[in-house]
Amino acid sequence: MARSAECFEMIRARFELAFAGFALQAAMEMPADGVTAIFGPSGCGKSTLLRCVAGLERAASGYLHVSAETWQDDSRGIFLPTHRRLLGFVFQEPSLFSHLNVRRNLEFGYDRAPSGQHKITWKRTIELLDVGALLHRMPDGLSGGEKQRVAIARAVLAGPKLLMMDEPLAALDAERKREILPFLGQLQKEMAIPVLYVSHNIEEVAQLADHLVLLRAGRVVASGPLAQMLARLDLPTAQDEDAGVVIDTRVASRDERHHLVRLEFAGGEVYVARESLVLGQAIRLRIQARDVSLALTEHHDSSILNRFPATVVEVANANNPANAIVRLDAGGTALLARVTQRSLEQLQMGIGSKVWAQVKAVALME
Amino acid sequence: MVITPDDWSAIRVTLALASVVTVLLLLLGTPIAWWLAHSKSRWRGPISALITLPLVLPPTVLGFYLLIALGSSGPLGRLTQALGLGLLPFHFSGLVFASVLYSMPFVVQPIRNSFEAAGKRPLEVAACLHARPLDAFFRVALPLARPGLLIGAILGFAHTLGEFGVVLMIGGNIPGETRVLSMQIYNHVEALEYAQAHWLAGGLLIASFFVLLAIYLYGPKRRMF
Repeated sequence: MARSAECFEMIRARFELAFAGFALQAAMEMPADGVTAIFGPSGCGKSTLLRCVAGLERAASGYLHVSAETWQDDSRGIFLPTHRRLLGFVFQEPSLFSHLNVRRNLEFGYDRAPSGQHKITWKRTIELLDVGALLHRMPDGLSGGEKQRVAIARAVLAGPKLLMMDEPLAALDAERKREILPFLGQLQKEMAIPVLYVSHNIEEVAQLADHLVLLRAGRVVASGPLAQMLARLDLPTAQDEDAGVVIDTRVASRDERHHLVRLEFAGGEVYVARESLVLGQAIRLRIQARDVSLALTEHHDSSILNRFPATVVEVANANNPANAIVRLDAGGTALLARVTQRSLEQLQMGIGSKVWAQVKAVALME
Repeated sequence: MVITPDDWSAIRVTLALASVVTVLLLLLGTPIAWWLAHSKSRWRGPISALITLPLVLPPTVLGFYLLIALGSSGPLGRLTQALGLGLLPFHFSGLVFASVLYSMPFVVQPIRNSFEAAGKRPLEVAACLHARPLDAFFRVALPLARPGLLIGAILGFAHTLGEFGVVLMIGGNIPGETRVLSMQIYNHVEALEYAQAHWLAGGLLIASFFVLLAIYLYGPKRRMF
């Protein structure tokens, strides 16, 4: 019984759709909470897949179940039109209604949402996305970042059971992105509804997602929990220049004298120079393969602070013939390292080798 | 005052005609413009061409065919008789019918341009915010097309004011019923009453100029014509 209840809570989708020169044949499952990122290069069908979920694109055949509701099932002739699906959609361009001021834009979906559907109040949404000062402005006068915050608030206020975002930050510069990303994480936590997030930016994905669906040429290559997926060498993500893992950690102690903070995770600890962190706070780290080097012994004479004993689990060719990508097990936590084939040969490292992983840089995903 | 009671009667007929036609054209032209802007049907091209025909056709040609079609042995004439409406030619209602067709492209085109400029995105957004299609049409698509609706209404009104050829063919020259301003000007000129012709022609000229000036001063940035 527990098993089937769990299945019911899942979002399950399968779509088949053919355009000239492009076919989408995607089947996926995702958990009914957390952020699921649909990740892949431009033109792989990410947006089309999302539009199919929203019902904006009609797949020739497919089905879609969202938490015990069937939104589409062509074998039974079911297709719920978009306006009857309880979803929120944030487009890449903010797409605010230019004839309505910000307040009326927000009210548009809010007033049309079924009563009792809102997981988060009007007031809290305005506060979280910091749009209170914009309510009486017209969309034309807003900056790109402000527009997108309003668009996100509008989608949230429509009382969705599923929030979808199609590269919502792609049109913004790096600074605006940093301004919005933390809002998104907080929003998801407070709303507690599943979020489908389309992106081709691995950093955004690493920061936000809990679950990853990898799309290539209209097909789902793999899907699973983010940390597991990013550590897999058989997936195209491992070949990326920015390949790397994410690790969920907790702030364990502070080293006031050296202005460092110690973060603990299953099987290890890392020091980071970020004094603003609070004891006990959960922090996600991202460690890129290019920032991890390997040694056979622990280098006590090295300036590198973060060193972990680890075992080589898997070795694969990297994006460049000179390099190899190595998957390590550091006390239960997976790490990736990109090293030269020459080093592997000289150090005679192979599967099962005991090594020391030296981490040169750690990115905090706040 | 040089403007005669006959002139005033022609002015009244003309204004009544232009007003009725403009209202009808907005009601009819908006759904047609919507269909032309969003349909993927293969009939889109032929229908577009048909609606645009009055733009290039001599008004007498349109008037001639309408006269035949609306006449007692024409298909539309039989229909109006069967419906108990009688025959439309040489009546105000016949002028309305003909003018609606004649001014159609001037109304449909700007509205269609506005719908096309707004694109599908606002409607998709509205659907994602739970708006039913009709709700989305009235609350999003129409307000966004307001510049096109305004221009369409003005052009439709102005174009109907200046109508001559079609009226001549289908409406004749019946005072108080089908004698419009352009017809009255023609009558004055025929009778060598140039002073009276000047009053009406000059008035029409100045009115038309200011209507167009208003469009160019206050209208949208995108020009339709």
